[in-house]
Amino acid sequence: MNLSQLKYGQEAIVEKVSDNELSLKLLEMGMLPGETVSLENIAPFGDPIAIRVGEYKMCIRLEDASNIEIKLK
Amino acid sequence: MKQELTVALVGNPNSGKTSLFNALTGLNFKVSNFPGTTVEKKTGYCKLSENISAQIIDLPGTYSLYPKSADELVTYDLLRNKSEINFPDLVLFIADSSNLKRNLLLMSQVADLGVPVILALNMVDLAEKRGIFYDAEILSNALKIPVLSINARKRNGVNEIKNILLEEHQGNKNKYFTIDFLDTHFLDEVTELTDKKNHYAGLQYAINAANFNTPKTKQIKLLFEKYHFDSKLFQEKEILERYHIIDNAVRLSRSQKTGSFAKSFSNKIDKILTHHFGGLSLFLLMMFLVFQAIFSLSTYPMEWVEIIFLKSSQWIENSLPAGVLNDLIVHGILAGLSGVMVFLPQIIILFAFIAVLEDIGYMARVGFIMDRIMRPFGLNGKSIVPLISGMACAVPSIMASRSIENKKERLITILVTPLMSCSARLPVYTLLISMLVPDDTQWGPFNMKGIVLMFMYFIGFGAALFSAFIFKFFVKSETKDYFLMELPSYKLPVFSNILITLYEKGKAFVWGAGKIIVAVSVILWALASFGPREKMHSIDQKYSSLNSITLVSPINDSLLAKRSSEKLQASYAGEFGRWIEPAIRPLGFDWKIGIAILTSLAAREVFVGTMSTIYSVGGDIGDLNTIRHKMTSEINPETGKPVFSIAAVLSLLIFYAFALQCMSTVSIVRSETKSWRWALIQFVYMTALAYLSSLAVFNIFS
Repeated sequence: MNLSQLKYGQEAIVEKVSDNELSLKLLEMGMLPGETVSLENIAPFGDPIAIRVGEYKMCIRLEDASNIEIKLK
Repeated sequence: MKQELTVALVGNPNSGKTSLFNALTGLNFKVSNFPGTTVEKKTGYCKLSENISAQIIDLPGTYSLYPKSADELVTYDLLRNKSEINFPDLVLFIADSSNLKRNLLLMSQVADLGVPVILALNMVDLAEKRGIFYDAEILSNALKIPVLSINARKRNGVNEIKNILLEEHQGNKNKYFTIDFLDTHFLDEVTELTDKKNHYAGLQYAINAANFNTPKTKQIKLLFEKYHFDSKLFQEKEILERYHIIDNAVRLSRSQKTGSFAKSFSNKIDKILTHHFGGLSLFLLMMFLVFQAIFSLSTYPMEWVEIIFLKSSQWIENSLPAGVLNDLIVHGILAGLSGVMVFLPQIIILFAFIAVLEDIGYMARVGFIMDRIMRPFGLNGKSIVPLISGMACAVPSIMASRSIENKKERLITILVTPLMSCSARLPVYTLLISMLVPDDTQWGPFNMKGIVLMFMYFIGFGAALFSAFIFKFFVKSETKDYFLMELPSYKLPVFSNILITLYEKGKAFVWGAGKIIVAVSVILWALASFGPREKMHSIDQKYSSLNSITLVSPINDSLLAKRSSEKLQASYAGEFGRWIEPAIRPLGFDWKIGIAILTSLAAREVFVGTMSTIYSVGGDIGDLNTIRHKMTSEINPETGKPVFSIAAVLSLLIFYAFALQCMSTVSIVRSETKSWRWALIQFVYMTALAYLSSLAVFNIFS
């Protein structure tokens, strides 16, 4: 499944990122394969979402989140 | 030992860099540009000991040394090129301890460039609340660089930093990441081509340069092709390996105890603040407060500023001998200065709000909440703040757009904010609407005038969004933009940070825009006061002879008003009005309106004052009824019809809705975008929009 499908309360592990450029940016920001992610908030209009990555929180748009493959814990 | 150390302050966004910079330098800083770029450079000074001081250069926060724009490329050149004047002796790296692993990626890259690094572990209190403790000594041994724990917001650890800066430091001999696996010939050629001091610095620069437009880009790309070097693959490998090394160091020095307190506290607040209904309402409330603050609250200090200037100019007017110099100083220069200072209360009040919201971490949430709505227009979620405060005044709002990181989104925000109906338009709107709508007209339970006024606000907002949408296609963005923004945990505001920000903004406005505003004021005053010699002279003579005949006081007042009117019409401003009349006649305007358009370039509300003068409304120009009456009675000598017909008034209304009749805005845009280019583009597009809309409206309604 991908990150945009993650629901509240679920924890998942990052597997891989299909978009090359996005992958690099995420790596720099600490979203490495094997890192734990969970859904924290959804913006009032449904997009973007705020996820917890490891020790911090960041926002990401649904279209980009759909390029991140994850596996539920 | 040098007399002055150059220290570069480096770190991730949200790591507390600004707090540390403020703690070290206080008010001892200046803002300029990195040469040849529009990237802002903040340099501060800090005394380390009796004889030694440090020049602290604040570099933009970033996550890695692979920057996102050509501008940032220049910034990080500072850390690579030893021949640069400002090449630092030391790098002071600040890291968010509650998030250490990610923060250290950049640190390892910077250290490998060859500059000595000192690591400051910030936000130790935040980490401790989550039960995370780092042993600075163990970390230091693992990373082989000096490490100390600090709390920048509480100003703890500042003296320790100063002491460490004073000690001798060698560059890190052991590299964190070795690139020996690459072909040495390749590395040699790259290093030579990029003219850097070691292989990593050379390769790093080359990879960056390959992505942007620099003089060496073509050669670098050829070199990469020759050796089949895939830079993306390399970057990935580099990042993963660096994290591996960092992981080890972090694990060795970290101890975990129970306590995830802070995490859930920030989370609880976020649940409310980003909630569909609650969050949005709270946000609207916040925006309303911001708007009210600039709109109403600032009127008190603005009045004080105006009174101070009024009293001073009266005093000067009376003390100096009458004549041109007196006029120039009082009505030209002092009036101009007053026009500059009167903005300060609005700027300070707006930024007091914004600085607090930024400091506590709420601004990031604003970006998060509004992203979905603003994005289709090429704007950032945070753009909503300048847009809303632009309904009070565009000048501080344009300064507030600084919080938008993305260059393109920030530029578009700056370009369209002046279309929001600001408070200076109100006197113009009020006058014109009163000419359109008879008093006390109702539309159901609503006052018709109020409805038309509200309509004007919507038109402004609509025009802003529409223009932003158009600009989205014309303004180039350098790289594909991902909206990946960290949401920092909420923190209590640090007031010294806020105060320093207010000082910085006030200073930036007065020095950046003030000079131009005063200059233009003086020019406009001169145009309106002087005219062809014989004309002005004969007017003076006519009125002084009239004056000697009539001695009664009330008649003097109306004579004065008539004289002012004639002088204005005979002045260069009057000449200008007559000169552009053919161009503005299709809009339904006559040359007298032309004069007012010129003078209101100073500020929109001047339109009302100029109309007063032209129509010889002496005494209290606040008397809209008199002005209105005189204007509506004005008949066009050629057509025999009223000048201010419904079509003409509507056309004028639209013109003032869209035209950039505010040189303070033009100056602040120049100051914020660091060039005249965008300020001029903005002036031209808004004038064109105003002209075409007026043309359409006038022709539709006549």
